[in-house]
Amino acid sequence: MATTLPAPRTVGRRRNIEKYGWIYMRASGVVLVVLIFGHLFINLVAGQGVKQIDFAFIAGKYATPFWQVWDGLMLWLALIHGGNGMRTITNDYVSNPTANRLLKGAILVAVVLLILLGTLVITTFDPCPANAAPGTLPTFCSSIGR
Amino acid sequence: MVSLRPAPATKRAAAPRLPAGTVYRGHEGMWSWVLHRITGVAIFFFLLVHVLDTALVRVSPQTYNGVIDTYKQPIMGLGELVLVAAIVFHAFNGLRIILIDFWSVGTKHQRAMFWIVIVLWVVLMAGFAPRQLMVIISEVQH
Ligand code: HEM
Ligand code: HEM
Repeated sequence: MATTLPAPRTVGRRRNIEKYGWIYMRASGVVLVVLIFGHLFINLVAGQGVKQIDFAFIAGKYATPFWQVWDGLMLWLALIHGGNGMRTITNDYVSNPTANRLLKGAILVAVVLLILLGTLVITTFDPCPANAAPGTLPTFCSSIGR
Repeated sequence: MVSLRPAPATKRAAAPRLPAGTVYRGHEGMWSWVLHRITGVAIFFFLLVHVLDTALVRVSPQTYNGVIDTYKQPIMGLGELVLVAAIVFHAFNGLRIILIDFWSVGTKHQRAMFWIVIVLWVVLMAGFAPRQLMVIISEVQH
């Protein structure tokens, strides 16, 4: 049994959480400008643009940890930033408490699942999978006989 | 004499007819906010799909290539142009918001900074749009 009353800090605490969210939106935004502009330049502008993208292109990028870290940061920062922004918008327009909680729950689930999936994809990426159709692999896979 | 007490509950407070003294309604401040919101939501939904399509690299190379090939169709090329337009606006206007919040004279210059955002957006898009159109056209001829 609780022997003390809850500290009367609920209001102040909530406001602090909102403050950290506010700071996060700005800090992540600054980093995301660099990450996303770099991502778009490499994938969409340099070389042959979107036409160059295929499995072998990604295998080439993920052959160095550099782009894995880049994409990982972009994945986490952008999804949390976007999810938190969607939460703000939900609070602005959805006043029905049940709908509000359902929507924010859906946003949270989507963000968590996609962060897990994206992180898994980056960390377990196999550039030379055994089930590959002929001609889809990067040339360096021939050195291990694929 | 001006009373500081709230109006009696029986009388509905009249909505102010002229939104004087706000930097928001109907001006650059409001339009930048509307655009920031719309672009933010659009990018979020794109990203949900984008992480899923990228995840296909774990299924098999040919699965991924098949789906990514649809991204190379001319109509998707136009979609990418719109997406980049949205991101570039959201990014530059986001930096403007940050400057309004942290730069000591940021609020004073918010309107000027909005037009700087627009100019930077036009310059970047003037660089990107022809490049993207080249890619789209070469795909049409393909
Ligand atoms: C490119 C770099 C980015 C910058 C500099 C940036 C900046 C910002 C800032 C400063 C805010 C806070 C607005 C406020 O608190 O009033 C914000 C809101 C938001 N951002 Fe971003 N952002 C970026 C990328 C993204 C991405 C990639 C997404 C989507 C995944 C996104 C989605 C949103 C959403 C949905 C909001 C809420 C909008 C609102 O409340 O009206 N942003 N952004
Ligand atoms: C039409 C424009 C875009 C194209 C063609 C594109 C292409 C790609 C490609 C080919 C990959 C695979 C890995 C790599 O190359 O790094 C990838 C991954 C990724 N992209 Fe994009 N991208 C685009 C826009 C964006 C935008 C606007 C964002 C951020 C809001 C973004 C965020 C990501 C993330 C987070 C990953 C890693 C996904 C994972 O963890 O599995 N992309 N993108």
